[in-house]
Amino acid sequence: MTQSERLDATFAALADPTRRAILARLASGELTVTELCEPFEMSQPAISKHLKVLERAGLISRSQDAQRRPRRLESKPLVEATEWMERYRSLWEANFRRLDAVLKQLTASRKTTRRRVNSRRSR
Amino acid sequence: MSHSTDIVITTPSDREVVMTRVFDAPRPLVFEAFTSPELLPQWLEAPGRAMTVCEIDLRVGGAYRFVWTGPGKKDVGSYGVYRDVVAPARVVRTEAWEDWDAGEVLVTTEFEDDGPLTTVTVTAVFPSREIRDQVLAAGMKSGAETNYGRLAVLLARVQTVSV
Repeated sequence: MTQSERLDATFAALADPTRRAILARLASGELTVTELCEPFEMSQPAISKHLKVLERAGLISRSQDAQRRPRRLESKPLVEATEWMERYRSLWEANFRRLDAVLKQLTASRKTTRRRVNSRRSR
Repeated sequence: MSHSTDIVITTPSDREVVMTRVFDAPRPLVFEAFTSPELLPQWLEAPGRAMTVCEIDLRVGGAYRFVWTGPGKKDVGSYGVYRDVVAPARVVRTEAWEDWDAGEVLVTTEFEDDGPLTTVTVTAVFPSREIRDQVLAAGMKSGAETNYGRLAVLLARVQTVSV
């Protein structure tokens, strides 16, 4: 997969609230499919379908334990997706911080001009 | 500042990026800062480059051209045409890049009046998903380190954004 395809798979997998909830639960440790099903009002086949999507996107994997086959979070694609967005964000954050300063200066200087015009008028 | 200056970035469809930010200034002033050739170069930079050319003909059908220059770096230029100009509420423009045949991006900038504050929403529609991802991934760091803290932040953010 190219980087672009990987990001597509990651974002498609994240575009569902149940799948995000599954990832959030796995963030605190490995869980079996049965354990994962517990908090959801959903059948095990439905949950398994979501797990397949997450697995295909490389967001989760199965542990070695052959009997329980717990699912585990794979953080690499998520870290990559974060950086993808963070880079863009930090670029704009720097620009907008400069804009904040420009606006502050502008507001101050316009206020002074208005005061001058007003005092001239009252004379 | 009492309001949040966080940038909210979403990707509502596979060709779009939407970015929202609140500014502590009245709407006409923010509009001016985004559209005036005197003010824009004071804040709009490209990575490692300052804006050295800023030509703006702010009317429907009018053209603009920006060039960014930095020491030891290749100049970056963008240009386009204004499709819609409604001061101080909205500007729609096309955007293309010199030396990069990526096609045309349609950029809509909306300025929402919120009393002393102004909310700016920038919507960019890219010609394809591939181009959008290239723009967003530009200069991405390699060797991503595993970090569960950042992961939680991402999950929280993705959840908030999609509500």
